[in-house]
Amino acid sequence: MKHTLAVLVENKSGVLSRVASLFSRRGYNIDSLAVGVTEDPDISRITIVVQGDDHVVEQVTKQLNKLIDVIKVTDIGGDDAVERELVLIKVAADVNTRAEIIQIANIFRARIVDVAPKSMTVEVTGDEGKIQAIEKLLRQFGIKELVRTGKIALVRGSKKV
Amino acid sequence: MTTGSTEKVNGAKALIKCLEKEGVDTLFGYPGGQIIPFYNELYDSDLRHILVRHEQAAAHAADGYARATGKTGVCVSTSGPGATNLVTGIATAYMDSVPIVALTGQVPRSLIGNDAFQEADITGITQPITKHNYLVQDPQEIPRIVKEAFHIASTGRPGPVLIDLPKDVQNIEIDLQYPDKVELRGYKPTYKGNTQQIKRAAEEIANSCRPIIYAGGGVISSNASAELIELAETIMAPVTTTLMGISSIPTEHPLYVGMLGMHGCKYANYAIQESDLIIAVGARFDDRVTGKLESFAPNARIIHIDVDPAEISKNVKVHVPIVGDAKQVLKSLIKYIQRCNSAEWIEKINQWKKEYPLGYSQVSTDVIMPQFVIEQISEACKDAIIVTEVGQHQMWAAQFFKYSTPRTFLTSGGLGTMGYGFPAAMGAKVGRPDKTVINISGDGSFQMNSQELATVVQNDIPVVTVILNNGYLGMVRQWQELFYDKRYSYTFIKGSVDFVKLAEAYGALGLRAEKPSEVRPAIEEAIRSGRPAVVDVIVECEANVYPMVPAGAAINEIIDMEEH
Repeated sequence: MKHTLAVLVENKSGVLSRVASLFSRRGYNIDSLAVGVTEDPDISRITIVVQGDDHVVEQVTKQLNKLIDVIKVTDIGGDDAVERELVLIKVAADVNTRAEIIQIANIFRARIVDVAPKSMTVEVTGDEGKIQAIEKLLRQFGIKELVRTGKIALVRGSKKV
Repeated sequence: MTTGSTEKVNGAKALIKCLEKEGVDTLFGYPGGQIIPFYNELYDSDLRHILVRHEQAAAHAADGYARATGKTGVCVSTSGPGATNLVTGIATAYMDSVPIVALTGQVPRSLIGNDAFQEADITGITQPITKHNYLVQDPQEIPRIVKEAFHIASTGRPGPVLIDLPKDVQNIEIDLQYPDKVELRGYKPTYKGNTQQIKRAAEEIANSCRPIIYAGGGVISSNASAELIELAETIMAPVTTTLMGISSIPTEHPLYVGMLGMHGCKYANYAIQESDLIIAVGARFDDRVTGKLESFAPNARIIHIDVDPAEISKNVKVHVPIVGDAKQVLKSLIKYIQRCNSAEWIEKINQWKKEYPLGYSQVSTDVIMPQFVIEQISEACKDAIIVTEVGQHQMWAAQFFKYSTPRTFLTSGGLGTMGYGFPAAMGAKVGRPDKTVINISGDGSFQMNSQELATVVQNDIPVVTVILNNGYLGMVRQWQELFYDKRYSYTFIKGSVDFVKLAEAYGALGLRAEKPSEVRPAIEEAIRSGRPAVVDVIVECEANVYPMVPAGAAINEIIDMEEH
């Protein structure tokens, strides 16, 4: 089962490496990871998607909490959170297919951010399901290159982690 | 958050002043190019510095000092190879939760990352074996970092902290103001146990007829021996300890059932297997203790008291977790408990004790049995601090010495570091000069750090090393005998060196015992001499450590001596 962990850390050099090496050392798998500074410039937020049963996630959480630079760990998976990934997809395109690709992009409220004679680049934001769906539809044209951020997530409502 | 006036000093001097503020009196170290500015200031300071002969020994000595005194040990090295030589010692301290602070020189900031001469990324290397580490980027941060390092090392679950100090940082002048408190929003250990959980634990105890207390190193590090014994005596429960928990309760205490696990007493393993309630205190259900997890204590409910929440339910499922300091939690727990209905259980255990005593068979009258040597040390010096290396002698020291006070059995339990004992004994003796300190060693382990004979002689640190010399890397040989058809692949080391002459060459006292009657006089002479001494005891070469639970077996599937 997938869990999304919001990890608040001190915004210092070396913190990401401490977090990442903890996962490899203890044998936990990271599905995705995204990191950036928060509303407080001294605090960064790392969003980690991790695979595992409740026992594994409990251990991951406890081990993360042991790191001195980790301030707080919250499991925010489930329906109570807004989850987003950003994906850029460079898809093969020519005069015959361009219109259809634009149509698909529109349906997904994705944006065309680059057009060239033989390709188009689509920017799409959304949760995992939406991204998978558009990726599947664009595959028929030939995906030349794809890059994605890790998932980021916020709890719904006024509550903070 | 600072008090007192500001003074202008260079980074190195600031560091020394900060160490003094932390109450440090002794450092174990070895100089080198990138730590010279620190040593230059150390030359004028009142801090005692013990110059070791290998940096690994500095880390082990700081560890031995810390375990024997309860204070934080400090070791120092230069960058690169000096720092990497500390690594085994730091890992040893990490696995056994020992508070040490390691100071390492580093190449100047402008050269970091350039593969400069004697550069190693020691904060990267030690990340998984330190509780925390620092690379000092700004000399002005030295006071805060030192304050934090000592706080982190010594509080919560203790452990090693490393501070990496680029050479230019040591030279730059700063405004020194030592902070009087630390502010770490990501580090707030829990000491006081949750009252509801403590009450639940008391209920479990009240309902138990076959309780057992399973005590680990956490009891020693939180100085909770008195509370442990009070708990045991109040509820009338037997106490078993891990290797790390040895000396938390006197060996001769009627409720003590000895060490459990792979080389534990048969009755300790039987008791934990048949218990209906395990009260684990400062222990972590290590594989050497539990054996095969699926068959560990099948009928027991488990209360687990530990300061580190990550240890709870890591290996076994716990019914009543209590996060907190062992001493504080036991103190509150004792208020809610009463005697268990355990009379029958205690009787059964006493029966097992009679039926399956720890013992050994004398091969012939003129051969020295290694276990006999430990018994002789125990009789000759009841209140010694016993330090061990790693291997068969370590297990015999755990089994056959009669411990009476906490912090008198220092051993590398988690990492199992051969070469730990001698330098750790040196550190223990420096920290506790009032105590007799005996390093029980094998002929293999001693050779891993025997160069420290020079250190103990030069600094007049009278530790006694007793070598159980069997001419083998005995523990591996035992496994080869039992599980590998006696194929003694590269475990024969007889004739390595004449240990008596080796000791004498360094200016230490060297003695040898070759007959049982010579053992006691040699040990007594070594202790009486007041000098660093090595007693080379030629023991039966193929003695084995029993009882033994083969790795991966259930802990009541025990091989005993009669079967071999």
